[in-house]
Amino acid sequence: MRLALRPYLLIVPALLLTCGILYPFGLGLYYTLFDFSASKPQPDMVRFENYTTVFTQEAFWNSAWVTVLYAVGAAAVETVLGVAVALLLHRSSLLGRILEKILILPLMIAPVIAAIIWKLMLQPSVGVVNYLLRPFGLGGVQWTDTPTGALLSSIAVDVWVYTPFVAILALAGLRSLPTSPFEAAAVDGAGWWYTFRRLTLPMLWPYVLVAVIFRFMDSLKVFDIIYALTEGGPGDSTVVLQIRAYLEAIRFQRYSFGISYTIVLWAVVYLAAMVLVKHLGKIQRRAAEVT
Amino acid sequence: MKKRALGWLADAALVLYFVFALFPIAWMVILSLKPADQLFSTYFSFSPTLDGYRTVLGDSEGIPFVRFFVNSLVVSVGAVVLSLVVGLPAAYASARWRFKGSENLMFTLLSFRFAPELTVIIPLFVLYQKLGLFDTYVGMVWVLQLVTLPLIVWIMRSYFADLTPELEQAALLDGYTRKQAFFKVALPLVKPGIAAVSLLAFIFAWNNFVFPLILTSNEAQTVTVGALSFLGGDRPKYNLTAAAALVSVVPPLLLALTIQRYLVRGLSFGAVKS
Repeated sequence: MRLALRPYLLIVPALLLTCGILYPFGLGLYYTLFDFSASKPQPDMVRFENYTTVFTQEAFWNSAWVTVLYAVGAAAVETVLGVAVALLLHRSSLLGRILEKILILPLMIAPVIAAIIWKLMLQPSVGVVNYLLRPFGLGGVQWTDTPTGALLSSIAVDVWVYTPFVAILALAGLRSLPTSPFEAAAVDGAGWWYTFRRLTLPMLWPYVLVAVIFRFMDSLKVFDIIYALTEGGPGDSTVVLQIRAYLEAIRFQRYSFGISYTIVLWAVVYLAAMVLVKHLGKIQRRAAEVT
Repeated sequence: MKKRALGWLADAALVLYFVFALFPIAWMVILSLKPADQLFSTYFSFSPTLDGYRTVLGDSEGIPFVRFFVNSLVVSVGAVVLSLVVGLPAAYASARWRFKGSENLMFTLLSFRFAPELTVIIPLFVLYQKLGLFDTYVGMVWVLQLVTLPLIVWIMRSYFADLTPELEQAALLDGYTRKQAFFKVALPLVKPGIAAVSLLAFIFAWNNFVFPLILTSNEAQTVTVGALSFLGGDRPKYNLTAAAALVSVVPPLLLALTIQRYLVRGLSFGAVKS
């Protein structure tokens, strides 16, 4: 009896703390059934009206579209670039060993600080990026003042911060691969591209997929980078879902409506996580068969 | 010959990426050392001055940056310590015993990692104002668990799972109690892991922006929000912003370099080991 009870006792404190976080989540869910806002502190029950409003609003679909563009764009570029950097670091001996030590620096800088740094560098007239581009006849790019530019700029900041994340996971993966299949391929005279496509990539895929899942899920809920770089503008070209929720709940103080936005986003992220994690399990089993 | 040329090309590509990765940091150093009147004129030649840092650290401009820095320290350390106290037993229990609800609890914790922060923050914002926790250390430490607890539990669970249970069983045969076996055998063996995870959790707590943005206003505000305030005003003070940004990234950068060996496991929540 004592033995059966022990794990529960050990886990109770964590459970209590978890409830401390789950309680506001439940409270938020409850709030969304009311029209709770600063102008209406004694709210009426509106049931699911907040959600029906969310889904019929053009602003929501715009935000959802921007969020998907951002998440897919950032995760895709980071994956390709990160794997490339890992391959290059793995191949290069001395240079790689030196550079590897500093690979993680951007990743350890708070994303909001990274956005501030890039904001300073991307200023159209006085920023250093346009200064460096001037000799190429590109001195006056309005980086964050056009809709497309703002979205691409914020993705670029995300890429700057998080590419090292993909790279260090892929590098760890590369180092853990068995050497014998590669030796066999070399003996058979297989070319670089063939080896990469038929051996490296399939065996590396589980590692890459972990990175992709983390990056995609995190990008869906991006906030800091956009907040500091564009504040959702110009217009609403970079208003991702968390920014929209922030504007509704905190700026305009429509609490329940803002929370409804985050609940919808939460549900999407949760479903995406379930699908991806399931897929990850399948891929890991398949990779285990290859090696 | 062709192979060698390709090798050079690959190295060149690598260097190019690192220029992209490091230039912004180098540029902040330059910007932070520029005197205010040379900010926009001479780009790479200027007379360096520490005035920017003096202003930022000297509470001028009405922004108490040093206090924000101390606040960041206090709330990050607080969150890490609390998460360790409750997280280590939980991680140990879930690594050693399969029991009803353990997997569910672990996945609930993992789902925090991917939850949109505002889902919890907005209700907390309302709640905190009623309870008097808004803009307090306690309030911030409490909410930063969302960042630090899942990290600590998941990674320490993978460390405990790597230890063979025979070690503790041997200790039990030697007359140790369960508690002693945990404190004298299991815990010392994962000590390097605990140290690394604590520092990583500290970095994550330190770097968080959205919690202090919404749940603090002045008293408990942290550096990530504080650094942003230098951008405000009608005349942007680029050198001060750069100095503030750099000061705020020193702790995470130094800590990251010391725990580099453990980062892969930490960042992937134990999914990738190295």
